[in-house]
Amino acid sequence: MKKYIIKRVIISFFILIFVAFVIYVLMRCLPTSYLEEVARAKSMQPGSKSFEEWMEQLKATYGMDKGIIPGFIAWCGRAIRGDFGDSWKWTVPVTQKFHDAVWISFTMGLISFVLELLIAIPLGVIAATKQYSKTDYAVTIIALAGISLPTFFFASLLKLVFCVKLGWFDLGGLIGRNYQSLSAVGQLLDKAHHLVLPIVTLTVISVGSLMRYTRTNMLEVLNADYIRTARAKGLSENKVIYKHAFRNTLIPIVTIVGGSLPGLFSGALITETLYSIPGIGFVSYQSMTSGDIPFSMFYMVFLAILTLTGNLISDILYAVVDPRVRIA
Amino acid sequence: MSDDMKNVNATDRPPLRAQNVPQNITRRHAEKITEEARKDSSASAGDSGDDKQYSLNDDRRVRTLSPGAMVAKRFFRNRVAVTGMIILVAMFIFSFIGGAITPYKEDQLFYRIEEQNKQYASVVENGEFRYASADGENFSSLAQSKFMLSYINQKDTFESGGEEYFYTEEGDHFYGIYRASDMKLVALAAYDVVASSDGSSKPPFEIQYNALRAFYGEEKTFEAGGESYSVEEDGAVLKGTQEVAYVSRFVVQAVMPDVTLSRQFKDELIADIQAGKSEFNFTDADGVMHTYTVKFEASKNAWSVLQSTKTRVYDTYGAPSREHPLGTDRNGMDMITRLMYGGRVSLYIGFIVIIIETSIGVIMGGISGYFGGWVDMLIMRIVDIFYCIPSMPIIIILGATMDAMKVDPQIRMIYLMLILGFLGWPGIARMVRGQILSLREQEFMTATEATGIRVSRRIFKHLIPNVIPQLIVIMTMSLGDTILMEATLSFLGLGVKFPFASWGNIINDVNDTFVLTNYWFIWIPAGICLLLTVLAFNLVGDGLRDAFDPKMKR
Repeated sequence: MKKYIIKRVIISFFILIFVAFVIYVLMRCLPTSYLEEVARAKSMQPGSKSFEEWMEQLKATYGMDKGIIPGFIAWCGRAIRGDFGDSWKWTVPVTQKFHDAVWISFTMGLISFVLELLIAIPLGVIAATKQYSKTDYAVTIIALAGISLPTFFFASLLKLVFCVKLGWFDLGGLIGRNYQSLSAVGQLLDKAHHLVLPIVTLTVISVGSLMRYTRTNMLEVLNADYIRTARAKGLSENKVIYKHAFRNTLIPIVTIVGGSLPGLFSGALITETLYSIPGIGFVSYQSMTSGDIPFSMFYMVFLAILTLTGNLISDILYAVVDPRVRIA
Repeated sequence: MSDDMKNVNATDRPPLRAQNVPQNITRRHAEKITEEARKDSSASAGDSGDDKQYSLNDDRRVRTLSPGAMVAKRFFRNRVAVTGMIILVAMFIFSFIGGAITPYKEDQLFYRIEEQNKQYASVVENGEFRYASADGENFSSLAQSKFMLSYINQKDTFESGGEEYFYTEEGDHFYGIYRASDMKLVALAAYDVVASSDGSSKPPFEIQYNALRAFYGEEKTFEAGGESYSVEEDGAVLKGTQEVAYVSRFVVQAVMPDVTLSRQFKDELIADIQAGKSEFNFTDADGVMHTYTVKFEASKNAWSVLQSTKTRVYDTYGAPSREHPLGTDRNGMDMITRLMYGGRVSLYIGFIVIIIETSIGVIMGGISGYFGGWVDMLIMRIVDIFYCIPSMPIIIILGATMDAMKVDPQIRMIYLMLILGFLGWPGIARMVRGQILSLREQEFMTATEATGIRVSRRIFKHLIPNVIPQLIVIMTMSLGDTILMEATLSFLGLGVKFPFASWGNIINDVNDTFVLTNYWFIWIPAGICLLLTVLAFNLVGDGLRDAFDPKMKR
C-alpha cells in the first residue's frame, strides 16, 4: 500500500510538471497579454518612450525576456519555493490574492456539496429501490435535467424570479450596500444572504450526476447474490435495503465523494462570475481575460494539482473502503 | 463536484474499477432467443407430420431479430428515451428545416418608424430688458446692470466705468441711454426686439433704435443710412414696400442652428400662442402643412414648439407580433430566425467536435489497448496529462486572446471546434483502451491472429466494431456536454460571435439587467431550446446504454 501510494505520488508529480510545461508554453505563445496593454497605455502618454521600448522594459522586469525552456525552469524553481510572482492585474503577490479569494469559494463549495450529498444519496437510493416506478422516472428526469441545465440560464431564471420579481436578493456581489454600517453578526448574515442564490445554483447544477451515480450503483448492488440471500433468509425489506444494500453502495460513493473533495477549492468559475462573487473562480476569470500570466499559470497548475489529488484520494479510498480490493 | 469540475472531469468513471466486459452479450442474447424460438416452432410442427418438419416453406421460417433490431426494440420500449428522441427530431427540424423555410435571413435587420418629438423652436415672451449698443460703443454688461439698478430705484442717471450716463423713456419699456459727458446715444434698452424679417443677423443699431422710436412715436417713418423706412401698426419695418425687419415682444428661436424661421411662421406661431392653442399648423411656402405641438414650460417661462418627425430606427427588442413571433433582438433581427440558425450552429459545433474527439480518441485508445507495453504506457501518460489540463480556463484564455486579435468570427468558430475537440479526446481514449484490453484476450482475436489478418484490420475491423455500442453512448452523452460548453463560452462572449447566432450568445443579452427584467422573449426561448436539446441527448444516451446493455432488461 505504502509503495503504491509513493509510486502514484511520483507519477503524479511528473504528470504535473508536464501539465505545467504545456500550460507555460501556451501562455508564453499567446500573442497578447496584459503587458502589451500596459505598454500601450504607457506609450500613449505624452513624451513617453515608444511601445517597443516599454515592452522590452516590462518584459525584462517580469522575467518574460528569457526563452521558453529557461523561463519555465526559472518558474518551476520559484514555484517549488511557493513564490508564484506578482499578479499583473491585481498588483499583489499571486498567493496573497489567492488566499483572499479561495475561502469564500471553499465555503460556497462545501455548503453546496453537503446539500448535494443530502439530496442526491437518499433520492438515488429511493429511485433504485423502486426501479421503473413513477418516483424512479421523476428522479431520473430531475437528475438529467440538472445535468443538462445550462448554469447561466438557470442563474438568470433565479435572478429574474428572486431578485427582480420578488426582490428577496441582490442581483450580484457578496456584500450589500450598507455592509460597512452593520455589526459583525450582521455582516456575516449579509454575506450569507448574498450566497444563497449561488449555492442554490451550484447545488441544482451538480446534484444530478451524484444522484444518477448513486442510483446506478444501488441497482448493481440490489442485483447481487448476497441481497437475494438476505431476502431468502427472511429479513425485512428495510433491513435488506438499508443495512445490506446501502452499505455496499457506499463504497463507490465514498470513493467518488473523496475524490471530489479537493475540487471544493477550485471555485465555481461560471457561477461566481454570474453572481459576481469575488471567489477564486471569478478572480481568475478576470485575470485570464486580461492576460495576467502569473495568476493564470498559478490557477491552472492549482487546478491540475486538485485533479491529481482527487484521483489519488479516490484510488486510495477505493482500496481502503473495499477490503476485497488488493493493490499490488 | 462543482459545475466546473463537471467540465474538468467529463467522465465520472471511478478509477481502477474493472471495466464491464461486454463479451458480445447482445449477440449471444439474440442467439439464445433464436434457439428458443426454433425449439418452440419445432415442438408445434412435430404434431403435423415428419415430412413437414423438413420443409423450407415460408410458414416454417422462424422470425428472429438481429442484434441491432433487438437494441432498437429495447430502445423504443423505453418511453423516456423515445421522448428524448422526439425532442431531438423536433430540434433538428426546427433548426435545419425551419431555417430554410423562414422568410427572413439570419442577419436581416428590421426597422420601425418611430414618431419622435423633437424640439423645433422656442418662444419667449420677453420680460426683461435687452440691450443694443451703438456702433463703435461698448455698453458693457456691468453698465447694463448699473442701468438696471437705477431703473429699479427709479432714478434716471447712473455711473459705470468712470462715465456718467442718463436715460430717457421713449416708449413702453424702451429707453435710450446717453453718455453724460458728450450727450451721445450709446445704447438702447427695450423689452421689444427688432429682428430682421429674413431671420438673419440683427439689423444695425440705427435701424433698431429708430424703428422702436417710430413704433412708439407719432412719426411712423425714419431715415437711416440714407434710406427711408416706415413702421406699420403691427411692428413691421418697411423699406419702400419690402419688409426688412419687425418689432416684437416675442423672441422666436429655432433650436437647430441651420434652421431659419420665416417672418410668417413667427407671426402665426405667436398669434396661436396668444390664442392659447396647444397645436400649431403652418403651411410653408411650398404648400406643405406641418403640425407642431406647443408646450408651455413654466420653469423657463417659455413655449417650446415640438415637431414630430418620423424616423426610421432599428426595431430593437420589438415585442412578439405576427411578423416576429418571438420579437426582435438587440440589433433588430428576427428572434425566431436567430434561434433556428443558433440551433444549427450549436448542433454543427457539437457534431464536429464529437467527430474530432472520437477520431483521436479511437485511434489513440485503439493503438494503446492493442499494442500494450511501452506504447500503451506512453499514450496513457499523454492521456493523463490531457486529463489534468483544465480545459475551461484554457478555452477562456484562448477566447480572450482571439478577442484581442480580432479573429474573423467564421475562422474563430473553426478554432473553437478544433480546441474543444483536441481537449476532449482523453475520456474516449480511456474508454476504448479499457474495452480493447479485455476484448483482445478473447478467442475471436486469437482467430484473427491465426488467420494472419493485418494489424490495422484487426484493430479497426474486429476490435473497434465491438466498442461501437459504448462509443455511441459516450458520444451521445458528450454531444450534450459539448453543446453546453459551447453555449457557456458563447454566453461569456468567448465562443461564437456576432453576426453568427448561437443559443449561448443569444442569452448573452441577459447581462443587461434591463433585458433580464423586461424582455423575457429574448432569452427564455433560447434557454429552453438549449435545455431541451442537451436533455434530449442525455435521455437518448441513457436509453441507448440501457438498450445496449442486456443486463438492464426489464
